[in-house]
Amino acid sequence: MLLKINNLEKNYINKKEVICALKDINLSVYKNEFITIIGPSGCGKSTILSIIGGLEEKSSGNVIFKNKVKVGYMFQEDALLPWLTVFENCILGLKIQKQNNRDNISYVNKLLKKYGLYEFKNSYPKELSGGMRQRCALIRTLALKPDILLLDEPFSALDYQTRIKVSDDVYKIIKDENKTAIMVTHDIGEAISMADKVIVLSKRPAVIKNEYEIILDKKRIPSLNKKDINFNKYYDLIWKDLDYNE
Amino acid sequence: MNEELNAYLKKIKINKIKIIVFQLLIISLFIIIWQLLSDKNIINSFLCSSPKNVIKTVIKLYNDNNLFIHIWITLKEILISFILGSFIGIFIAAILWFNPFLSKVLDPYLTILNSLPKVALGPIIIIWAGANQNSIILMALLISVISTIIGVYTGFKHTNETSIKLLKSFNANKIQIFNKVVLPYNINTIVSAIKINLSMTFVGVIIGELLVSKEGLGYLINYGSQVFNTSLVMTGIILLAILTSILYFIILYIEKKLKNA
Repeated sequence: MLLKINNLEKNYINKKEVICALKDINLSVYKNEFITIIGPSGCGKSTILSIIGGLEEKSSGNVIFKNKVKVGYMFQEDALLPWLTVFENCILGLKIQKQNNRDNISYVNKLLKKYGLYEFKNSYPKELSGGMRQRCALIRTLALKPDILLLDEPFSALDYQTRIKVSDDVYKIIKDENKTAIMVTHDIGEAISMADKVIVLSKRPAVIKNEYEIILDKKRIPSLNKKDINFNKYYDLIWKDLDYNE
Repeated sequence: MNEELNAYLKKIKINKIKIIVFQLLIISLFIIIWQLLSDKNIINSFLCSSPKNVIKTVIKLYNDNNLFIHIWITLKEILISFILGSFIGIFIAAILWFNPFLSKVLDPYLTILNSLPKVALGPIIIIWAGANQNSIILMALLISVISTIIGVYTGFKHTNETSIKLLKSFNANKIQIFNKVVLPYNINTIVSAIKINLSMTFVGVIIGELLVSKEGLGYLINYGSQVFNTSLVMTGIILLAILTSILYFIILYIEKKLKNA
């Protein structure tokens, strides 16, 4: 087990009131697992990632990492810096953590080659397609060799077709590199087709409403998983879970 | 296809030439009419001077070895205040970005200082800094620095949130966030703040020179008006206009270089 979350709670305070965003969140994350978190918009699903990633403070509860587990973040926007080249963007995290040694740089070059960005290494982000930009953002995250990847609606800025292609790409890269991932999404199909486990959150204050181990007839890439005979069963179940919230 | 493109390019070129021709036409007409009106005594050349008299004044200044001294004095004051003002402004904006508490504390003071007509401070500046170049530079700094601080700080504050979040996810410290994201993100803001700074500096230097100087273009204008030598006043104004445009075009050139880099 890489990460265990116990009774996590998060309250937001403003001048008028204290808003409870997350309540009683319990979650265990095992190595090489792909977990997706789905819930109504504004329910606080991204907050879970922010707390795991250390970008936000929790109000109470525990977030316990196994020894030396590192997390990497991927955002809704690719957040590539437009004044840096693809390569410079990919080594940004390494540079900031002063780990841009030869080994890590060659690892980045290897990733760029493997995922078809090496020839664009000296291009600027604006010259890349939406899919390539997301791959670049993923390589930037992978460069720091995180054990757990936190994906915060990483495809929602893309158009429908690119989105399907990029989910396949990202999924393959994560599996190839043997990473563990926690992804937040509001797309039911995406949640089921990528995950080993789907966690459904209720609306605010978000509690875990349901958890599904996704067992498909044959586990493949997300676009093909959507055609699996078991896919619709999960789709209907989760649809009902979310619908009930309205 | 190619012909169509050529025709289009030609049209753009002709349009560009047309604009330049008309621009030159306006200034030439202005000079010619000004000269004609004063030749025919329709306007009083004693009050309004004339292009010929301006040229004569320039030549006289040149022969007396004064022309370039006055230009140089003004230019020097402008450059010193401009460079100091830009650095101080950007530096203070950075300090405010690093320290949100300080920025909130200083906010009302900045607003008041920004709306206060700095010319009102002229007399007190002269008393404190003396009737010399220091007063002129101080005047120019006062006028330019506040607007630079406000402009640049506003830019810093509106840096893309996700980029900052990204750096935080790398555990970057505040200095790293500033150097890697905030500063490069705001290059354009800084360049436009510097452009405004340049015109503010001109205003400050000329006001300063009108108030205290013994040399410089502002002095020429002030002295000319005191002795009722309108040709000298006009010459000062025209030299000033030329100086402003040269400096402005240099900044534009640097901006273009920066954008292409």
